[in-house]
Amino acid sequence: MRIELNVNGSVRELAVEPRTTLLDCLRDQLALTGAHAGCEHGVCGACTVLFDGVAVRSCLMFAVQAQGSTVTTIEGVTPGPGELSPIQDAFCETHGMQCGYCTPAMILVAHALLANNPEPTREDIVEAISGNICRCTGYAQIVEAIALAADRLRGANRPSELRK
Amino acid sequence: MSESPDRFRFVSTDRRVREDRRFVVGKGNFVADVNLHNMRHVALVTCPYPAAHIKSIDKSAALAVPGVHYVLDGRELSEATLPLMTGLDTPNVPRRPLVLDVARYAGEWVAAVVADTRALAEDAAEKVKIAYEKLPFVLDAELAAKAGSVLVHEAHGSNVLLDKTFVWGEVDKDFADSPRHLSLRVKWGRSSTVPIETFGVVASWDPWREILDVYASIQMPKYPEQIANALRLSASSVRVHYDVDVGGSYGVKRGIKHSVLVAYLTRRLGFPVRLIEDRLENMRGGDAHGPERLFDVDVAFDGNGIVRSMKMRALENVGAYAGRSPFQLGKPIGAIVGPYKIKSVQYRAIAVVTNKTTQDAVRGFGQAPTNVAIERTMDEVANALGLDPIEVRRRNMIRHEEFPYTIPSGTTYDSGDYHTVIDKVLAHTSYEGLKKERDRLRSQGKLAGIGIAACLEPSGGNASFEPLLNPKNATTTWMESCRVSVDLTGAITATMHTSSAGQGHETLVATVVGEVLERDPNSIRVVRADSLNSLPSNSPVGSRMAIMLGGAAFHAAQKLKHKLTVIGAHDLGIPSDRAAYAAGDVHDRNAPQNMRPWADLVLIAHRNFHRMPPDMEPGLSVSHVMQVPTGGGLPTADGRIQMYPCFSFEFHMVLMTIDPDLGTPAIVTYRIGHDCGTVINPKIVRGMTMGGIAHGIGAALYEEFAYDGEGQLMAQSFMDYLLPSSHEVPPVEIIHHVTPSPHTVLGQKGSGESGYLGAPAAVANAINDALRPLGISTNTLPIKLSVLGDMIAAAQQKVQARAQANKGP
Amino acid sequence: MKAAPFEYSRPADVDEACAMLAADESARVIAGGQTLVAMMAMRLARPTRLIDINRIAALSYIRDDGDTIAIGATTRQCVVEHDPLVAARVPLLTRAIPNIGHAATRARGTIGGSLANADPAAELPLLAITLDASLSYRAYGQTADIPARDFFIGPMITTLPAGAVLTGVRFPVWRGTKVGFGFHEVNTRRSDFAFVSAAAQVELGDDGQCKRIAIGVGAAVDFPMRLEHAEQQLKGSALADAAVQAAVTDALADIDPLADLHASAEYRRRVAINLAARAVADARAHAQGSKNDAH
Repeated sequence: MRIELNVNGSVRELAVEPRTTLLDCLRDQLALTGAHAGCEHGVCGACTVLFDGVAVRSCLMFAVQAQGSTVTTIEGVTPGPGELSPIQDAFCETHGMQCGYCTPAMILVAHALLANNPEPTREDIVEAISGNICRCTGYAQIVEAIALAADRLRGANRPSELRK
Repeated sequence: MSESPDRFRFVSTDRRVREDRRFVVGKGNFVADVNLHNMRHVALVTCPYPAAHIKSIDKSAALAVPGVHYVLDGRELSEATLPLMTGLDTPNVPRRPLVLDVARYAGEWVAAVVADTRALAEDAAEKVKIAYEKLPFVLDAELAAKAGSVLVHEAHGSNVLLDKTFVWGEVDKDFADSPRHLSLRVKWGRSSTVPIETFGVVASWDPWREILDVYASIQMPKYPEQIANALRLSASSVRVHYDVDVGGSYGVKRGIKHSVLVAYLTRRLGFPVRLIEDRLENMRGGDAHGPERLFDVDVAFDGNGIVRSMKMRALENVGAYAGRSPFQLGKPIGAIVGPYKIKSVQYRAIAVVTNKTTQDAVRGFGQAPTNVAIERTMDEVANALGLDPIEVRRRNMIRHEEFPYTIPSGTTYDSGDYHTVIDKVLAHTSYEGLKKERDRLRSQGKLAGIGIAACLEPSGGNASFEPLLNPKNATTTWMESCRVSVDLTGAITATMHTSSAGQGHETLVATVVGEVLERDPNSIRVVRADSLNSLPSNSPVGSRMAIMLGGAAFHAAQKLKHKLTVIGAHDLGIPSDRAAYAAGDVHDRNAPQNMRPWADLVLIAHRNFHRMPPDMEPGLSVSHVMQVPTGGGLPTADGRIQMYPCFSFEFHMVLMTIDPDLGTPAIVTYRIGHDCGTVINPKIVRGMTMGGIAHGIGAALYEEFAYDGEGQLMAQSFMDYLLPSSHEVPPVEIIHHVTPSPHTVLGQKGSGESGYLGAPAAVANAINDALRPLGISTNTLPIKLSVLGDMIAAAQQKVQARAQANKGP
Repeated sequence: MKAAPFEYSRPADVDEACAMLAADESARVIAGGQTLVAMMAMRLARPTRLIDINRIAALSYIRDDGDTIAIGATTRQCVVEHDPLVAARVPLLTRAIPNIGHAATRARGTIGGSLANADPAAELPLLAITLDASLSYRAYGQTADIPARDFFIGPMITTLPAGAVLTGVRFPVWRGTKVGFGFHEVNTRRSDFAFVSAAAQVELGDDGQCKRIAIGVGAAVDFPMRLEHAEQQLKGSALADAAVQAAVTDALADIDPLADLHASAEYRRRVAINLAARAVADARAHAQGSKNDAH
């Protein structure tokens, strides 16, 4: 079947079998390999993408269902070659990862959280990432990364004398 | 910290982990990202029964599916390849990637289908018609060990692969002389570290160069050699690409059966072949399973709580086949008494096969289960005497001034200051305050308990358990290497020779090399060789890389620094011992204005041979291949051996509650004191400890590969194998101490297993402390909330019944 | 874990969806897919055709129908979770929905999908029978209703006829001045399916006595159950703890609870009693303190 998706700001026309998941479509046909398969049954969250701005499990959606929608992957929130967004940089600052497999998903969840809630509490952050499993870090440095990112984003674009 | 923070320039400073940059933008190089031209995909056909004879395999319907290229069965594969390497001397228990005649666990791989896509391969796999004749099976290790049991491997004659008893010291006498004794049975349920990325491998055979290229999510010592052996190739025909990023392993990704399978297929079929386990293949028949161990512990102690002697029987259910996994009974021998001065030990290690999925190596290689057995016992000793559990630990612990300390099984612990670590934790968090909090929670109607665990992390990774458990194996080295080069532009590049799964090894090497050469680590490139252009390596196992890779990098850099100094001295016309190296430049100590800067030294080495010292190789490339410190020996006749060189220490203190009606456990406070010697990168070490604690909480409370009575794995997916989320892991405070190792270049010890080694014991002890007022206890992990709920309800009923009876008529 | 092949259709309206279902016995409707896609990946579900109803606008709504709140079948769980009308009129829904899976699954999962799936441990079926909801479906050009108490008859088994598409659910609104609710569940991890769950809604009279009460228990047996016997015993009482305990113990004495990997049958029975009593106590306390508007 032919579908049209807006992926990371570009409209893409694709031919897919109905049974191809959005995850496999992104990885195999668009070479967007930042979304990862961890379980393929919707528990681990490593496949998370933003779907019309909302964090969803791309392994639990067939690509044909996404017709006409907007998908954002980790590649879509990376500013440019060699550049890191404030959230990505915060993850590097706190070492909010080890193997990196769950990391793009965690960062997209952070994006979605901070877009709606610029001043999350620790509990808000823990709740937001609770649908994403990490086996390396025990979550502490991930939570710290998101809190640091929130702090930096809140202080951005404001003259320093106004920041209290 | 007992180390001066000014001692190092880069080591121990708060530096970013350079690997993080590629991961945050989704540019890791995981095996599923490797896309070779013409690559085809494998799906597996698995046996649905715990034991069955394969009567026939009909491939015709599968082969008729468009896009399907091949269906491989065990008969063809076993004729073309040798069985996989085993650790013990058990020639009648061969293991192979595909079943040959008899399948021995539900989920065992019977056939492999190769197709244009994974989806087509799965379609075809469903159409492979296999006729099975079901056979009797056995699942329980105690039953399987008995004479007369159903045999998993007829030719072996029994289900026991290993039954070895070690007696170190005068155990019987110490037991006879001790006034008090205690016995405890502890069960460690089958669990593992289950990475989010499953195992995957791509193999591609080039018949013109006669090279097998292998890309894999691998953490396996001697991996290229094992593939080569199985395929009857030399290892110089196998090129493993170590620059594949591994999405977590924590011991388990051994992948040899997958790798031999695809290696055979690519040679047979003439195109690259890929096998990425899906989660079901992984859980049922991959390398996912870990130890399932039953401990029977007896201790002899006195009225002061001093434990004089210990007998431990460890019975391991290894599953239907065994590779290295039985060695997980041997490694804990190197820390069999934990941090305590127990004088004599009897240790009986029994490895039993059953019709369950094969077990593989897990983080700690058997140490975490053993620590639960030891620490539960120490708590029960305290309980028997009415003594405080921390006080009992203190009384038994090796004292700082007693190091190096040799334990009964022959290993010498390098250094430690356990009492100071405990003091620091208690200074940070008042024990009296914690007890008051526990009592306050109890007064509110909850069950509440404090759990203590003190244990060691053996590190450095010597494989001396191999000759200990298999006398035919005389391995006395477990080496690691590093090469450091300076190129003509003056840039430094270091190489490492194995894959990594998030441990930050590139950062480690750059930091150490920068420290020695006094050059900014950020300017130092670190690359990975492949197995054909690499120096020897043994993989990041056994908490060894800080010591061994760090050590190799240090020594290589030292050699380079020396070479540069000699070059500079020679060009300055002074004796070498008058030359001083400083941040890459060499100057005359007596006249510092006479110097050769880095750029000049580079030029001399690369171009101006006429200015070089006599008998020196041109260029600036040096390597170091490092032997394990304190290693190199074989076991004595009574089974004593130096196991690992270095011993980190951790002290857990946990406050937990249990809802008495629901049985739900909750961690209120978690403190850990951690001493891994000199910390090379604080961010990395912290992450290891936090992650290890999360693994430990999972093993203690949530995770189990449970089987039903029909030999079916009930936890086949993440819906039933429960991994801790951010809600299940509480905030943890780490209290640091540094007791350097005398055996390592920077005083560093390992930390790759930290947290996991003690957390299950701490949680188990906290729960038992909470249950103690009801007169009940539990020593079976994982401790499930429904089981707790049922136990508590039964105990409360007993209390009520007694109260009723006491009321009288 | 790739699904078996299937055809995919996106009908323009419900009747077209029904016609597609009727034409193919092995066709299935897909809404959020949070359960179905996982089952298909494991090849436990193998529909020959998926009929995607996600974009049928007429199926997505939250409406104040006076005595009930009507919710369309394809309304996303997260939308209901944050809807102010629902919070005001059927606050028990707002309380329980955050327990369903994770935010990422509630972003796609639908109200109708969870009801039609009828997992014995799911929150929405429990709430539906506790609150006497009414489910509507369309089949062969006709619309019909099934009361929730007649809808869930077994594990993943409902009385939705073959060829029917669930179109919506109506939750009655309790209008008293003193209405309160309680909800409890036990699971290993917060987001897991419950081992046992309980929901209660209570209306108190001005004298503080119980005018109306509904108690439901989920995950204990093959389908969510109402504790009608306990409700009858407790109606008109002050809902004292001892009376509540006795009534729910009585009501659950004869059930045959599920036993599985996660919990024994005795655990489920015992904890069902405990949670039902807690839910009623919470509802009573909430009702005593509440200031519901009378409409």
